[in-house]
Amino acid sequence: MAETQTLRQWLLTDTPSSRRHAKLSALYQGWLSFRANTMAMIGLWILVVLVLVAIAAPLIAPHDPFVQSLGDRLAPLGTEGHVLGTDSLGRDILSRLIYGARITLYIVALVALIAPVAGLLVGTVAGYVGGWTDTVLMRITDIFLAFPRLVLALAFVAALGAGIENAVLAISLTAWPPYARIARAETLTIRTSDYISAIKLQGAGPLRIITKHIWPLCISSLIVRVTLDMAGIILAAAGLGFLGLGAQPPSPEWGAMISEGRRFILDHWWVATMPGLAIFTVSLAFNLLGDGLRDVLDPKAGE
Amino acid sequence: MALVEDNNKGRPSRAPFSEWFWPAVSTALKTLGSIAVTLVGLLFVTFIIGRVMPIDPVLAIVGERASQSTYDAVYDQLGLDKPLIVQFLYYLWDVLHLDFGTSLLNARPVSEDIARVFPATLELATLGIIFGVVLGVPLGVLAAVRKGSWIDQVARVVALVGYSMPIFWLGLMGLLIFYGILGWVGGPGRVGIFYVDVVPSVTGLILVDAALDGNWDVFKNAFSHIILPASLLGYFSLAYISRMTRSFMLEQLSAEYITTARVKGMSEWNVVWKHAFKNIRVQLITVIALSYANLLEGSVLTEIIFSWPGIGSYITTALLSADMNAVLGGTVVVGLIFILLNIFSDLLYKVFDPRAK
Repeated sequence: MAETQTLRQWLLTDTPSSRRHAKLSALYQGWLSFRANTMAMIGLWILVVLVLVAIAAPLIAPHDPFVQSLGDRLAPLGTEGHVLGTDSLGRDILSRLIYGARITLYIVALVALIAPVAGLLVGTVAGYVGGWTDTVLMRITDIFLAFPRLVLALAFVAALGAGIENAVLAISLTAWPPYARIARAETLTIRTSDYISAIKLQGAGPLRIITKHIWPLCISSLIVRVTLDMAGIILAAAGLGFLGLGAQPPSPEWGAMISEGRRFILDHWWVATMPGLAIFTVSLAFNLLGDGLRDVLDPKAGE
Repeated sequence: MALVEDNNKGRPSRAPFSEWFWPAVSTALKTLGSIAVTLVGLLFVTFIIGRVMPIDPVLAIVGERASQSTYDAVYDQLGLDKPLIVQFLYYLWDVLHLDFGTSLLNARPVSEDIARVFPATLELATLGIIFGVVLGVPLGVLAAVRKGSWIDQVARVVALVGYSMPIFWLGLMGLLIFYGILGWVGGPGRVGIFYVDVVPSVTGLILVDAALDGNWDVFKNAFSHIILPASLLGYFSLAYISRMTRSFMLEQLSAEYITTARVKGMSEWNVVWKHAFKNIRVQLITVIALSYANLLEGSVLTEIIFSWPGIGSYITTALLSADMNAVLGGTVVVGLIFILLNIFSDLLYKVFDPRAK
């Protein structure tokens, strides 16, 4: 106990002894103020549980999500052995939801990697180089920003063919422009600051300045934006799945499950209701987490 | 004393004509330029999508059993032998004449089909935005005025749920509860089967057509069908509008002129509505235009749930039957409207908000 106490004191010190000490201390204080935000913590817990469920899916799923059992089809909630009932092919809905968590996380993780990185590249280059490069890159960004996202993603998927990877690509193609805007704005304010001039005088080239000194400073506002965008990404992916353009059957993707359950909505409501609740819970969790992160990392942007 | 007060009440005199007119014109010209660039950009993207499409446009026209010479003839006729940039210019030319080609499904011009289905979407989205504005703006203002109170919490939850809810799922649940269980609203479609084509189509908006015809039975039936999808769409714009209204109002209410007005003893009602609210009107219209554009998009999924014969249903049906001309035509039209609304709100902001200059 005494040791944790000293660790706490070490983390909360006003006089950090080294660079790493200061960094860890700042992180810890951010975590403390984040922890005080109950809603954000709820969001975080939901997501932690989701990740654990996705990892341990084969261990905790009561049934194989793909095995059909036409004798048990459309069993209602609370049926013995099928807590959340079964779908039209007799597959256990709970097991399908558990495996579906993997697909949702996979899509979100891929988009959250591709879109911000693309935006960061475009934004920092535009902001740092300036001139014609800036004008052209930002014009392209504006064009993409002005597009209706879902409809454009639809058209992309139509061109590329249905499937998870293509859905990810389509969503990323429509999701990067806001990141480019943010990264450019950050770059513009950083570019003219004294410490950048100092590094330049030391002989640092543009590549080094961008990667070592500008990117790290853009990260925090990008992380906030990514977290807030996750909910939208999940909804877009589910929408594509619902339209039959994302994950293909028999994949237990949540949007596709709603689409399957839609035909029986009036008589067997649980088939479409359960995956919808799952989507709602996860995207709510991302929104709560994003709000909390914004308050910690980017206090100016809040209300 | 009285004189001074009168002066305070009077509006500041307008700047001379030449001082505001020419800057406005130059802004307008710049905006026109950026409209043109954005539109060409949109068309370029759809053009590229059309090119990488795995569907052979020639084969789609001539069929599998056509001879090689027929194939080549159509290939040339479609201009596919020309360089890509020339093909793009052809495409631009066609779109400028509202020619999106013919639908592969029913061999009718895509533009005619879109003109036929578009009013349904327009009707739905317009009713939705009315719902969103009428409820969302007062909710946002109240939430800002009573910051931290229960109404602020309610507004927060309403918005949070709106941001997190899959619209198509909420639509299904709405159908299940209000149509399946309670029977309060009409089911999918625009009107009941007995009311189809009863009133002459003048505007294409059934509610308006029925009212023009004086046929209130049709009006009531159509209303019972549109109310659920429109309120759902409205809910999503309400979430956004109320949130934005709240933050605009908070910004105004913390300004010094509000304190001054309160110190002068002005009633809270006048402080809120005549001072603070007056100053957020331009921002608000911008937000409303943006959410209207988003509604057009949100209607894609809603229309499918409610079997609403609008542009969203049109695009998705075309998608599933690989009717590329129809998909691209629909995408271009939705994109155009989206971009124009975006630009309209931008322009409004620039022209009417002196701070934006």
